[in-house]
Amino acid sequence: MEQSDATAVAQVRAGNPDAYRVLVERHSHSVFRLAFRMTGNEQDAEDLVQETFLRAYRQIGKFDGRASFSTWLYRIAANCSLDLIRARKRRQEHQTPVNEDGEEVGAALPAADPTPDRLAFSGELKQLLAPALQGLSPMERTAFVLRHYEGMCIEEIGRVLGVNAGAAKHSVFRAVQKLRKTLEPALSSARS
Amino acid sequence: MKHLNEDELVLHYYGERQDPAVERHLAACEDCRAHLESLTRVLDAMNALAAPEPHETYGSRVWQRIAPQLTLSPARWWTGWFAPRRLVAAAAMAALLVAAFLAGRVSQRRQIAGLSAPVRERILLVAVGDHLERSQMILAELVNNESKGPVDISDEQQRAEDLVGENRLYRQAALKSGDRAVSSVLDELERVLLEIAHSPSKLDSAEFDEIRQRIETEGILFKIRVVSTNLREREMPAASVKAGRTL
Repeated sequence: MEQSDATAVAQVRAGNPDAYRVLVERHSHSVFRLAFRMTGNEQDAEDLVQETFLRAYRQIGKFDGRASFSTWLYRIAANCSLDLIRARKRRQEHQTPVNEDGEEVGAALPAADPTPDRLAFSGELKQLLAPALQGLSPMERTAFVLRHYEGMCIEEIGRVLGVNAGAAKHSVFRAVQKLRKTLEPALSSARS
Repeated sequence: MKHLNEDELVLHYYGERQDPAVERHLAACEDCRAHLESLTRVLDAMNALAAPEPHETYGSRVWQRIAPQLTLSPARWWTGWFAPRRLVAAAAMAALLVAAFLAGRVSQRRQIAGLSAPVRERILLVAVGDHLERSQMILAELVNNESKGPVDISDEQQRAEDLVGENRLYRQAALKSGDRAVSSVLDELERVLLEIAHSPSKLDSAEFDEIRQRIETEGILFKIRVVSTNLREREMPAASVKAGRTL
């Protein structure tokens, strides 16, 4: 029978590090997907997966079981991603203009004004999506990725981000609002 | 019923709000239906942004990479301070501080409590790395908290208070050993930890923003991350020869 997360966690806490292997193998793919969507980069995502599991192992004594192990792990992964994104943003600030929210100006925009002809090709439309996602603030991006791609409810997103449900909901709303502002003109052009 | 706003439509799209009144309104209101269709178009388009699917053995590969870095026993919250790793580190820190004091009075060249220099350095690296990681967690939790109303930081405060004394010891030890990069970051960290520890437990949004901005403006999280990475790199060669501590 497949070992539950709770059983594996209990064994790790009891001093059996091999039990951690079950948790790593079970959750690596989903943590990778989250990290990739947060960073937009495969290498960074792989580094974040390792950092997340190492950090989770060191802190497993603090896991109190109130949330599921995967929620707790996502919280660590989200924090690792946020640290990386913020550090990267600071490094880029000298080269890239930022607005008052600390977001890169123009990061969510395509390289050139899309024409209906160009956007008739779905491949080109796809090229707008990644910059649009990367143009969100780190908090908005995390909240959106968890809601849209991971299917988490608002309460669970709040637990992952360590904020109340209202704040989590607000981050999702702001993310959607910005994505619409960036993508809607292009999508409308493609339809006309 | 008045028109649905964008936030209500977002909740509807994600199935977070199952309200028959909303359904009825959408069925009857062309404007809101058009608004929802436009929103749906954007959000459905985002589905095309696929993440690469790692190979099915990816989990095993991650395990192979991290297993050598796992200690035999992870810290437990209730035994944290009594874990062998930390006890050794704490004992060594105490030995270092006592020795540093004695060295100043007796002899600059005297060996410290029988510990060789590489062993002393290794213990200090592990202890400081551990300390930085716990400090980083507190700061990250505060920075990531987006609450708009009053914020209760009593938990973070308690943990910051616990870390201040420890931080002071590590800072002094780093200063004495001439590690200016580490002592400088610990110095900045100490001021931030003190500010958190001495703030009121319940902060209004302006007070909380001030603390958060202080953390962000000074880039302390980034500095901690850089120092931690450097410490881990310095830790590596020593760790690889200590087979007893690795899996």
